Amino acid sequence: MATYDLPTKTGYFGKFGGKFVPEILIPALEELEEAYEAAWKDQDFLDEFKRLLKEYVGRPTELTYANRLTEHYGKARIYLKREDLCHTGAHKINNAIGQILLARRMGKERIIAETGAGQHGVATATACAKFGMKCIVYMGAEDMWRQKLNVDRMRLLGTEVRSVESGSKTLKDATNEAIRDWVTNVEDTFYIIGSVVGPHPYPKMVRNFHRVIGEETKYQLKEVEGKDPDYLLACVGGGSNAIGFFHPFIENESVRMYGLEAAGHGAETDKTAATLSIGSPGVLHGSLSYLLQSNEGQIHLAHSISAGLDYPGIGPEHSYLHDSKRVTYKAITDAQAMEGVKLLSELEGIIPALETAHAIAYLDELMPKTSEDEIVVINCSGRGDKDMGTIAEHL
Amino acid sequence: MIKEKSAHRITQLFRKKNEDSKIMSLFLTAGYPDLESTVDLILGFEQNGTDMIELGMPFSDPLADGPTIQYSSNKAIESGITMDGIFEMVRGVRKQSEIPIILMGYVNPVMRYGVEDFCKEASDAGVDGLIIPDLPVEESGILEEKADHYELPIIYLVAPNTSDERMRLIDEKSEGFVYCVSVTGVTGARDGEEVSKSVARFIERVKQNITKNSTMVGFGIKSHEDAEKIARDMDGFIVGSALIETIRSNYPDEGWMDEVFAFVRGLKYGNN
Ligand SMILES: Cc1ncc(COP(=O)(O)O)c(C=O)c1O
Repeated sequence: MATYDLPTKTGYFGKFGGKFVPEILIPALEELEEAYEAAWKDQDFLDEFKRLLKEYVGRPTELTYANRLTEHYGKARIYLKREDLCHTGAHKINNAIGQILLARRMGKERIIAETGAGQHGVATATACAKFGMKCIVYMGAEDMWRQKLNVDRMRLLGTEVRSVESGSKTLKDATNEAIRDWVTNVEDTFYIIGSVVGPHPYPKMVRNFHRVIGEETKYQLKEVEGKDPDYLLACVGGGSNAIGFFHPFIENESVRMYGLEAAGHGAETDKTAATLSIGSPGVLHGSLSYLLQSNEGQIHLAHSISAGLDYPGIGPEHSYLHDSKRVTYKAITDAQAMEGVKLLSELEGIIPALETAHAIAYLDELMPKTSEDEIVVINCSGRGDKDMGTIAEHL
Repeated sequence: MIKEKSAHRITQLFRKKNEDSKIMSLFLTAGYPDLESTVDLILGFEQNGTDMIELGMPFSDPLADGPTIQYSSNKAIESGITMDGIFEMVRGVRKQSEIPIILMGYVNPVMRYGVEDFCKEASDAGVDGLIIPDLPVEESGILEEKADHYELPIIYLVAPNTSDERMRLIDEKSEGFVYCVSVTGVTGARDGEEVSKSVARFIERVKQNITKNSTMVGFGIKSHEDAEKIARDMDGFIVGSALIETIRSNYPDEGWMDEVFAFVRGLKYGNN
């Protein structure tokens, strides 16, 4: 992988990606694409984005040496990229700020979003409060119950949270509802998608708003270790934190990357969200990517203990990186993730989000294969406060 | 085997259409309200004035559909509808009727079945065309070649926010007719005023830009009066959600099908 310049103009990463949406949304996607491409070349836009990331989000986030975790395994040195220290407690805010700036540039005043764990919803509600914009967030009824704290936060921030009762009552159905809203109100509405999923240009745009995670990691690690990492670990729901973290390292083939998806009760069971491990290519929510689906092409309900990974699809770029073997994707069970939460909490004093815990849990398998002169960096995508209810139940 | 181009039935229909009546197409979810009724419903629709059928291939995540079609799709999936079952239904109709049948559905189940196998089976069964709402012309490459090979026309949609230039491109690509979506929104019956208000300017543009194909208008139509107004300058109109709602409110009462057929007659001819 010498130079990596994807997606193509039409939004393809190899055979994955595209724009599989109703005709009504095509003009909106074209308008968005044009606005995004122009903004991304506009120094004023980039400066404002950077300024907000610094002053409001609190970037750069720290790169923390995990000395006790390192001792625990007695192998490679482990670092944590601290996205949990971002304002609102997860990486999602990088993208929400980026898209809000774009929405303002395009003169849109009504914002909609979908959310699973509620972190993207909170990030969007926060950005909308900051800029005085009207915000509606769609959330599955099941997730509203699992992530009550985040529902309360969104409401306090002045956002209307709409409960979605159809299907699995989780992120998949919240996304369907958000798309229906967008189809109906396309003239004045900006849809802030919360991961590197959806039709082109979202996967590209969201990735680029999150690239800052990997860019910071690169220079921060250069400073303390003088080199690039040997291993990168990140959890993958739709895949936004992972792609932002991986992306600046893709052309350096000595960096081995692992995306950890949610196996739920086990990748081979019917209670799983391990899209790349057991799924097959298909179209959901506007792009062609791996999916959990039946022989008839009906989308399966996903399951994960963590609401943010409970999605039967995945970003198209991850599907490409999986097929091209540039990134290795592994599935982590609910039970392993709970062990991951305990491990990081007890050894480092950091309570990770259940999503992040999937990446932590993979250390058990990875670390014995590493050596003492190597470096592992884990992306701590968010903090665990929102999950305390679920975590307490399983302790 | 040399096969007559399937567009034949659709083309014939528009060719034979008489000046002052409109083509009426009905949307029915395959397998709704139960697997057994689909063929009888289609045959009954034809006897009661329907000119063309859009048979919905149910999908678990129908993101362009409102609650009514979502509901019927879920019911059909629960009752065990399969793609082969849908082809069987079309064969069942073909034993007794030459009414044009268009399969309408989302792209994922088609891809899962295999695009080539799907086109072959659909064509063999006697399907006359395909409408895939989440396959805009940009992405049509994955279907077009196979559909063409098996002589299955693809009917594309235009919406009120489609530009003039794009309308002409869609007209070029479309075969059979162009589906004009009368509202920006998801499927679902609406207040007639709401539809006709927004639709006038759109229809003006459709007339200017869609010149190769016949035009059908749909989304939101629920009565003969709506259809008269909205389809005045079109070749015909399409009713879906209002029909499903009628089925839903009568099924499984005794004589439910007769009630549904009465509704269909009313749609076509008015109630007086
Ligand atoms: C803390 C946290 N990490 C990870 C994710 C997974 O999303 P993605 O894979 O897009 O980063 C979420 C989603 O809500 C999240 O809240």
